[in-house]
Amino acid sequence: MLLARIIGSVVATRKDPRLEGKKLLICRLVDPNGSDEKGYVIAVDTVHAGFREDVLIVQGSSARMADGCKDTPVDAAIVGIVDEVSQD
Amino acid sequence: MYLGKVIGRVVCTIKDPGLEATKLLLVRRLPNGPAVVAIDAVGAGAGETVYVCRGREAAFAFKPKDVPTEATVVAIVDHIEGPEAVTS
Repeated sequence: MLLARIIGSVVATRKDPRLEGKKLLICRLVDPNGSDEKGYVIAVDTVHAGFREDVLIVQGSSARMADGCKDTPVDAAIVGIVDEVSQD
Repeated sequence: MYLGKVIGRVVCTIKDPGLEATKLLLVRRLPNGPAVVAIDAVGAGAGETVYVCRGREAAFAFKPKDVPTEATVVAIVDHIEGPEAVTS
């Protein structure tokens, strides 16, 4: 799973019916220190995350196990809002 | 699957119901890979060398519970026989 920061949202009117009612967010990947990394992911929001929040993203077929994503065409889902990252 | 080193922890208060009561670890892929967030299935702790399972199969460690994870710590490594380049 990856750490990311929400930097925007995507609006799509015509889409797969199983994506209706789902919020699509643009997430910039970040390292454990909170610095931006290369690349971004469009992920379905399942935890009501907001702009600039740090989140936890699950990718691949496991994303379909997120809340409300069963049997949906989703390969990236936001499954947590990060409060704290502590490094040893 | 690959070897990793536990370098920290991630705390999420708001998260997917499937992630309730799970421990989120920050794991760096050995030797010099990226840091990913993995769910702990074996009680691993700081600084330990662990074995990480990726992909859809990562969720199988928690069967029959459905946990939306793509990376799970499935073993704590005692010692490694073989090329040292793997870990150093």
